[in-house]
Amino acid sequence: MDSATSDATPGPAPDVTPDPGHGPSVAGPRPQLATTADNGLKIVVVGGFGVGKTTLVRSVSEIRPLNTEETMTRAGEEVDDTSAVGTKTATTVAFDFGRITLDAHNVLYLFGAPGQERFWFLWDRLFSGTLGAVVLVDTRRIADSWYAIDRLEHHGTPFIVACNDFGGPAHTEAEIREALDLGEHVPLVECDARDRSSSKYVLITLIEHLRTQVARATPQALQETPV
Amino acid sequence: MSPRRTGPGPLSHRDESPDRLYTVTGGRTRSGPDTPFDLVTLVVTESEPAPGMQSEHAAILRLCRRPTAVVEVAAELGLPVGITRILLSDLLDTGRISARHPRTQAGGPGGYRLPDPDILEQVLVGLRNL
Ligand SMILES: Nc1nc2c(ncn2[C@@H]2O[C@H](COP(=O)(O)OP(=O)(O)O)[C@@H](O)[C@H]2O)c(=O)[nH]1
Ligand SMILES: [Mg+2]
Repeated sequence: MDSATSDATPGPAPDVTPDPGHGPSVAGPRPQLATTADNGLKIVVVGGFGVGKTTLVRSVSEIRPLNTEETMTRAGEEVDDTSAVGTKTATTVAFDFGRITLDAHNVLYLFGAPGQERFWFLWDRLFSGTLGAVVLVDTRRIADSWYAIDRLEHHGTPFIVACNDFGGPAHTEAEIREALDLGEHVPLVECDARDRSSSKYVLITLIEHLRTQVARATPQALQETPV
Repeated sequence: MSPRRTGPGPLSHRDESPDRLYTVTGGRTRSGPDTPFDLVTLVVTESEPAPGMQSEHAAILRLCRRPTAVVEVAAELGLPVGITRILLSDLLDTGRISARHPRTQAGGPGGYRLPDPDILEQVLVGLRNL
């Protein structure tokens, strides 16, 4: 399937190479969901290659991160058609994901997705219905995340920025905000994607940010109306 | 060295020809204009595999005895999501599976819709309990 992947990625599974040795990888059979599970939710983790997307997903996921792929046309339509794969109009993108059972009904899926410009026409469709996004940033390579942030802003998808500490020179929050041209309202946190509680905190920060957005979008009068 | 160039992933179909995928779907190319399967739609088996059933269909029915998201089905079967949706449509049409769709409404094309506040509370509670 050369034509399926040549346009999309340097190799058949570019962003999902297993790198055992970090985080609590889950051994044994895949834990199953409760029979009551009935509501799947999505969060997207975007960022450049090697920034720690898979690591973050793994550190909070109850399953070992799995990977799969989706084929889309340039127009952003999903392609179920294997013959279209041979044409220049189809692109295959690989992504990995993990899972968190939240309660008896809700199951959260975390998708790790490469943030390169050439992948972005896919995401609108692939991740429609997502709660929000985490942009992972390596402060040594800040420019890698510019495009992802542009795209999320354009699409109106709420996001937070999490800076992975790779031991580069320390930057102040103001410096990072300026380098990212980040609005005041966008939360910026530090994290260690290898650490479960740190990754959990990143996700909580995103959901709290969404809650703030919802409160802002709800007219005051409505909030104060007695039931 | 870049970690992204270390080689192919574990998915079996990646080494296979499009012919094999064509065979899996019986040559069909689409699961319908309004495919109801989101990536996180949870699929549940309603009837056990029957003898003589296509092996991918039987594999899905075994996998989804407990709720399993579309994207997990694709990953476990080693098939692209699009092909997986076609196979799921077959099973849904014949009543062998049911589908639990996400309650979070997707925004329109290119649009985002804020989630329901109650759902956000439930997600927060779930994450804090991790
Ligand atoms: N120092 C440090 N290393 C990290 C962190 N997160 C990930 N890494 C390492 O960076 C490498 C690439 O991470 P990976 O998750 O595969 O990146 P991805 O390409 O974005 O999925 C791995 O060797 C990780 O162990 C972090 O927060 N701090
Ligand atoms: Mg990765």
